[in-house]
Amino acid sequence: MADSRVAVPGKIVRGQPFEVRISIRHPMETGYRMDNAGKSIPRNVIRSFTCRYNGDLVFSAKLSSGIAANPYLRFFLTAADSGELVFEWVDDAGTRGSDHAAITVGG
Amino acid sequence: MNARRSLLRSFGALALVPWLPARAAEDVPDIPALKPMLGGRDVRWEKLKLTLPRLADNGFAVPMKLAMDGPFAPGPTVRTIHLFSETNPVPDMAAFEYPVPVERIEIDSRIRLAGTQHIVAVATMSDGTLYGAATEVVVTLAGCMDGT
Repeated sequence: MADSRVAVPGKIVRGQPFEVRISIRHPMETGYRMDNAGKSIPRNVIRSFTCRYNGDLVFSAKLSSGIAANPYLRFFLTAADSGELVFEWVDDAGTRGSDHAAITVGG
Repeated sequence: MNARRSLLRSFGALALVPWLPARAAEDVPDIPALKPMLGGRDVRWEKLKLTLPRLADNGFAVPMKLAMDGPFAPGPTVRTIHLFSETNPVPDMAAFEYPVPVERIEIDSRIRLAGTQHIVAVATMSDGTLYGAATEVVVTLAGCMDGT
């Protein structure tokens, strides 16, 4: 699914915080908008976002309609070993999305 | 002493009045959604930094940055950061959680704003201390109601 993009640094120093950036394609419908026929468009926002590192939860976010469409998040994590970051999210419609990024820890 | 001289002298006295810190707790708006989160605890309006543009042309996507300067370990670390809006229909904008301590606290995102308002961020530390930050954004075009 090409609904998201993740960026992590190529090389990570053990124990040093590193930057994680993720952008997800999602309308984050507020539920206040009308379509062309005047019918209200149901609310559909990503409620929960999680980031796991080798299976352990390391960062999570509860989002709302107060987050702009195509949510973007930048945060910092620390890693001890090379491994995989897995990002997962779910919206009001129950649609689940996920992405992952391999991280290489050296030094 | 003529009037002009005494006027000048009073200006001089004014210059000696120390400038008060720009932000104090009383500047923080009364957001009902904040109360259950705080649970009667006091917030220290320091350390946490909330950066938003002073003026946003439209409220559809306003860049927001949260940061707190470390180092944290071995002292208390940041557990959660909550973001509240004063006038958005949904006042609980977001909550960011760090189940594992991280030494660098910096979160960037883009938020929607329904008009000019204050935004309040509250960070909960692992020892229960609350640090807060508040800032005002002037929004010329509200971000929730109309179509994008």
